[in-house]
Amino acid sequence: MKLMVSALALTAALVSGAPALAQDKIVKLGILDDMSGLYADVGGAGSVIAAQMAIEDSGLVAKGWKIDIVSADHQNKPDVGVNVARQWIDQEKVDGLFGVLSSGVALAVTGVAKEKNVVYMNSGAAASDLTGSACTPNIVHWTYDTYLLANGTGKAVVKSGGDSWYFLTADYAFGQALERDTSAVVTANGGKVIGAVRHPLNSSDFSSFLLQAQASKAKIIGLANAGGDTTNAIKQANEFGITAGGQKLAALLLFLTDVHSLGLKMTAGLQFTETFYWDMNEGTRAFSAKFSERMRNKQKPTMVQAGVYASVNHYLKALDAMGGNVHDGVKIVDKMKAMPTEDALFGKGTIRADGRKIHPGYLFEVKKPEESKYPWDYYKLIATIPAEEAFTPIEKSACPLLKK
Amino acid sequence: MFNISTQALFSQLLVGLINGSFYALLSLGLAVIFGMLNIINFAHGALYMMGAFCAYFLLSIAGLGYWWALVLSPLIMGAFGMFLERTMLHRLAGLDHLYGLLLTFGLALIFQGLFQNYFGSSGLPYAIPQELTGAQNLGFMFLPNYRAWVVVFSLAVCLATWFAIEKTKLGAYLRAATENPSLVRAFGVNVPRMITLTYGFGVGLAALAGVLAAPINQVRPLMGGDLIIVVFAVVVIGGMGSIMGSIVTGFALGLVEGLTKVFYPEASNTVVFVIMALVLLVKPAGLFGRTA
Repeated sequence: MKLMVSALALTAALVSGAPALAQDKIVKLGILDDMSGLYADVGGAGSVIAAQMAIEDSGLVAKGWKIDIVSADHQNKPDVGVNVARQWIDQEKVDGLFGVLSSGVALAVTGVAKEKNVVYMNSGAAASDLTGSACTPNIVHWTYDTYLLANGTGKAVVKSGGDSWYFLTADYAFGQALERDTSAVVTANGGKVIGAVRHPLNSSDFSSFLLQAQASKAKIIGLANAGGDTTNAIKQANEFGITAGGQKLAALLLFLTDVHSLGLKMTAGLQFTETFYWDMNEGTRAFSAKFSERMRNKQKPTMVQAGVYASVNHYLKALDAMGGNVHDGVKIVDKMKAMPTEDALFGKGTIRADGRKIHPGYLFEVKKPEESKYPWDYYKLIATIPAEEAFTPIEKSACPLLKK
Repeated sequence: MFNISTQALFSQLLVGLINGSFYALLSLGLAVIFGMLNIINFAHGALYMMGAFCAYFLLSIAGLGYWWALVLSPLIMGAFGMFLERTMLHRLAGLDHLYGLLLTFGLALIFQGLFQNYFGSSGLPYAIPQELTGAQNLGFMFLPNYRAWVVVFSLAVCLATWFAIEKTKLGAYLRAATENPSLVRAFGVNVPRMITLTYGFGVGLAALAGVLAAPINQVRPLMGGDLIIVVFAVVVIGGMGSIMGSIVTGFALGLVEGLTKVFYPEASNTVVFVIMALVLLVKPAGLFGRTA
């Protein structure tokens, strides 16, 4: 019996001592993103470059750390994303997943990150469920979410008289979340939702859906989609005279690269919400100049790419503060939540207990062609949504972590 | 579900017809190439995309507008197609279909990758030509002039191609050369040159569709990759290599897809493949195909 007890005590000592032994200065980041599809300009190769810049700026390599990046294309397919993540963690010893655009993949990957206990910092997916019903202790959701978009753009549009809505919704997790969150804001502010049509992801022709929206006679056609789907819908709405007929488009999620691709003539006057714009201040301009120099197509960073930079930056700060990499996702995320965040791109902020990164949102309007003075001069700031109002209030969060 | 007004139904059918004209034009090119050369041209979508980019470059570099592009882009891309045929595809003559398929698929990936690397995935803007802006109010819908032009023009091109291949002496040579090349050669016809020209013509059709699509879609590296699978389904349904089959099926599937977008929009990207599976079960050679 005595022997048994001492053996148990010895095992307990060994187990509790194990994490301390595993601490080292080796880090491997995995950027899992849409590298070739309709969202590739929003994140893609630009997100990998942003992560590299964050590593360089951290100065940790000079201090003897070994930090590597691997990247892969999840093709916007949840099964592909999950397989890559699993393989990375099991075989390549990846410590953290970054980027992960596209909500379908993003939600699927949460399970893997939790099961394997790695850090999962999402910049790109929109579904607010990531820090809501689907939250885990391993997630930090950085850049924006559907609650912010709904609250920013939805509220502004209803307040300016757009009180009846018809949605054009991308038929997957993201579009549905965005439609749900925006509908809630529209009704809460006294507007009404007339209907919605769900289109498959990556559709090239929107004329049929647009005609249905037109027939609904709603004042506002809410585009609950993103990337190539949004640009095509805007272009074709123009062609079919929808905007000329008095209905207005509300692009609920619009990225800098979408505006660039459509041109100002087509997009002037559109209002939408983002959390980062390259031309905000000295800090964002300096980062963006360096960034676009390294991009093959010389594009300025989108908020998603900025978010990857900032999240990697904060992750490395946390590791540095812990004195090494403990290879324990929950512990590192807890450390990140305990530290205030600060970077040149999003300013000062915090990470909440449910994993939601808190910073202000901005309501922008696309400039008219004659207002644009230099390349990529596209946005003007309409309103700032203070950090405390930008995201789901913590008392309304559906995150199971908060119910203890 | 069926409480849709006839007005809305008409407009959806018209929109379906417009999309159908792209399917028809692209599947026609595929059918010509398959029927005459026995090559399953997987690069067709990439060549369609390059046709649209060609229009963009003609405008941005040379300042040549839409109408020039409509003529020049198919010629340039046709020449490029002939170059591909001479240097690569030509060597695969007589081998299994699979080799041609692999080669063209590889080429498609390379072209798409190159364009994406240099121009990104969101694409470049291309405006509707001045003469075709505006729209007609048909009472039941608002029809953009440009879309009307696309339907009329592509229908004309399709019928002209059908006529040239099925009803003229040149077309007769071509069809004979597919059946029995050595015999046609014995009559003094330069068969290899004819095959090169035919491939170039098929590619030219793809480029033409690309120019037509440029003002509607963004000029995007993936515009062809997204479309080509549907177009292959159209060719299979119509019957591999059947010219009239691909034209009729192209327009018909556009209509079916348009109706699906009204009644069950979630399935609109899938309906074509469901039809393909059904047709293959009932008539493996396709609706217009001749059983080999």
